[in-house]
Amino acid sequence: MAPETLQPRTDSALPEQAMAPQPWRIRSVRPDVASNEVFSWTLYPEPGVEPGPLPTPGQFNMLYLFGVGEVPISVSAITADGGIVHTTRAVGSVTRTMQDLGPGAVVGLRGPFGTAWPVEQARGRDLVLVAGGIGLAPLRPVIHAALERRADFGRVVVCYGARAPGDMIFRDELDAWAARGDFDLRVTVDRATAAWRGDVGVVTQLIDRGGFDRRNTVAMVCGPEVMMRFAAASLERRGLKPEDIYVSMERNMRCAVGFCGHCQIGSQFVCRDGPVFPYPVMEPAFRIREL
Amino acid sequence: MKELLAILEQQPFFEDFDPMHLRLLAACAAKLSYPADTRLMRDHEPTETFWLIREGQVALESPLREGCVTFQTLGPGDILGWSWLLPPYRASYDARALTELHTLRFDAGVLREHMEADPAFGYMLMKHFSALIVQRLQAARLQALDIYSHGGPGHGT
Repeated sequence: MAPETLQPRTDSALPEQAMAPQPWRIRSVRPDVASNEVFSWTLYPEPGVEPGPLPTPGQFNMLYLFGVGEVPISVSAITADGGIVHTTRAVGSVTRTMQDLGPGAVVGLRGPFGTAWPVEQARGRDLVLVAGGIGLAPLRPVIHAALERRADFGRVVVCYGARAPGDMIFRDELDAWAARGDFDLRVTVDRATAAWRGDVGVVTQLIDRGGFDRRNTVAMVCGPEVMMRFAAASLERRGLKPEDIYVSMERNMRCAVGFCGHCQIGSQFVCRDGPVFPYPVMEPAFRIREL
Repeated sequence: MKELLAILEQQPFFEDFDPMHLRLLAACAAKLSYPADTRLMRDHEPTETFWLIREGQVALESPLREGCVTFQTLGPGDILGWSWLLPPYRASYDARALTELHTLRFDAGVLREHMEADPAFGYMLMKHFSALIVQRLQAARLQALDIYSHGGPGHGT
């Protein structure tokens, strides 16, 4: 097969201010695991800032810590009054600095960017969401949407896998979701503690339990790439067509508008063409080592 | 028998078995329930059975000096036990009911005789259990990789 030729971008219709961070203030900070390694900020625009369109589930913003650096962070919720919630795991220099910021701090925000989960296309169909680790954060807005408009969907199955009970994020919300009778929440951990009474094992085994219509289901998967690969294989084994499976990719995005190429996978710019991709688009990349 | 057959027909694990083979399976099955905390299998002990879990949850545990460690749980629709398939027919872990359990329990000794007598049936069952074992092996590998400590979407930089 001939190598794909990259084409220069011809569209110049970038949103205004796409490269200029706007000041947003942190109104609240919430630790999502006991260690505070994962935390959520709720951000509101500073006076005078004209916020862009609200992000749709699956999209991300670029958060800029002045003098430190900029990182892409997915949106984990939108509040009723237009606040944007970002959930972050402190793993690098920028996100570790973010960890130290409290309510009242001002950060730069650009966005929203990228593609969204196909929530509308899933209307009238069963919905299976598969999340691993902090991958639950980008899927949380889909869960919120599905619960708000519960009648629009068939069965809603959420499979969530975490490393250990103490690493599970959004614990309060998980408990509230588990208490609902109209939605099937399945949670598992790789490593149990003595007090853990739930499932143990990888998240793919929760998919293998079925409970959805293989001919009429849309699946959305978010987590480490190896987990997404295995989850997609499990979904296919359960009879889903590859084109009904969507994955969200993580790459080191810089410009966020498809110019710089930092986040490129083959011919795809993860920031512009993703982060949410139909599985068949990303499947070949999953098979390439070290990509 | 009719009821057992109906249960088997609804289970994804048995969905491509032909009706004759399903009848064979049903003839070797019985509906059994167990209270929570029942030990269904014990590491290294002979096993002549397997279960289809219909309701409830089972922990697969490895006995260590410090106590039993749960490495996997099974739930509705899952098959428990494949050690009956290959010599020396001994369990390689413990299995304990975490909740009240409703199952179909299969007499694997009799099934093995059917498998020997009817290679098509034997191949079908072996094929399904091989897939199950591969699935569990892959799950164990994934679990051993400790994937959530190495980043992933939303992890930031």
